[in-house]
Amino acid sequence: MVAHAEAHLDHHGEHPPEPHYSSRISPSILGMYLFIGSEIMLFGAFFTAYFFVRVVNGTPWPTPPFHLPVYLAFLNTCILVTSSFTMHWSLQSVKRNNPWGLRAGLLLTFLMGLTFLITQVAEYLRIGFNTSDGSFPTIFFCLTGLHGCHVFVGLTILLFMTIRAFRGHFDAEHHHGVEIGGIYWHFVDLMWILVFLTVYVL
Amino acid sequence: MRNPLRSEGEMFRLVGVVVVAAVLIFFGAWINTWVGVAVAVLAVAALVWWLMQEPVPGAADPAPRLASGTPAGTHRVLVVAAPGTSSVAVPDRATDVVVVVPALASATEALTGAVDDRRADAERTSLALARALSRDGRNVRGEVGADDPVLAVEDTLRTFGADEVLVVGDEAIADAIRARVAVPVTRA
Repeated sequence: MVAHAEAHLDHHGEHPPEPHYSSRISPSILGMYLFIGSEIMLFGAFFTAYFFVRVVNGTPWPTPPFHLPVYLAFLNTCILVTSSFTMHWSLQSVKRNNPWGLRAGLLLTFLMGLTFLITQVAEYLRIGFNTSDGSFPTIFFCLTGLHGCHVFVGLTILLFMTIRAFRGHFDAEHHHGVEIGGIYWHFVDLMWILVFLTVYVL
Repeated sequence: MRNPLRSEGEMFRLVGVVVVAAVLIFFGAWINTWVGVAVAVLAVAALVWWLMQEPVPGAADPAPRLASGTPAGTHRVLVVAAPGTSSVAVPDRATDVVVVVPALASATEALTGAVDDRRADAERTSLALARALSRDGRNVRGEVGADDPVLAVEDTLRTFGADEVLVVGDEAIADAIRARVAVPVTRA
């Protein structure tokens, strides 16, 4: 972004300049913002479909004779919310130079995320309706399935973070990988709360 | 407004707040779906209000001043001039000069990205000033800077260590630059 009119200067004796970002946001954080922004738009499209099916068209939710397993989804919500706490604990641990806290936190977060996903698959297998049964099941599977895909991606990130943590890649000064992954995991958690409230509760 | 995505800690804080809101919505929906919807609307409004009220961490702290160094035996001058500036005088002892001309654009131009003309103006000015100053045998180059003179100076100082900054403009710009860089700033 610099137009050089005349370049006669030599930079003898100067050290290489430190990276400078005019936006004053680190590129990785900015990348995560843009990613989450695109994700919000993606979820927004599905929530719009939900709104039209349920509010504009007045489709009963859930459409009789189907039922939603609210209790199971509530348990799953508790698991995912708890995983946010363990994620936060892992980051606090690495900031205090406690590698075992980091490892335990990440491992617990991964296991809880995996439990969530397995429970959701089990829920799908026993729910008793399919996408061909009308607009209600279609939207239900789209919203929860889209979120499930994000949990899968989050689990992949968590897996790499956990492996790296066990290999000692993070310490009190260098833990950006955990920070970025943590933001994503909390985002997935927030989106689930939104999905749970709109699909199962309201 | 406080950015809830700023860090993992901020995001976790948001999760905590949203969980509390979700519990309220849950109990509202237990009574009636529309009560739950009303609670959700109120919760979202309260959340937005809370984020708007929250101070931005570190916003009250003064911004760090950018230091700059130069090799021994040189005197480097960074000139910042507005587009259209026809001439500028630099100290005789200046050995190296960089002329940076901010590509000043209106808000509409900046928002729509229609800054090509402004950049062309800035480039013309920087070329003309650089040519005029290089006649005295100095090493001179011209650059087009960011649309904010202070940011343009900051950007240039990262790649061009300067002993002084010469501002062709009003005192307010010079003061703003003084607040951000630890290099003597004078007005031409």
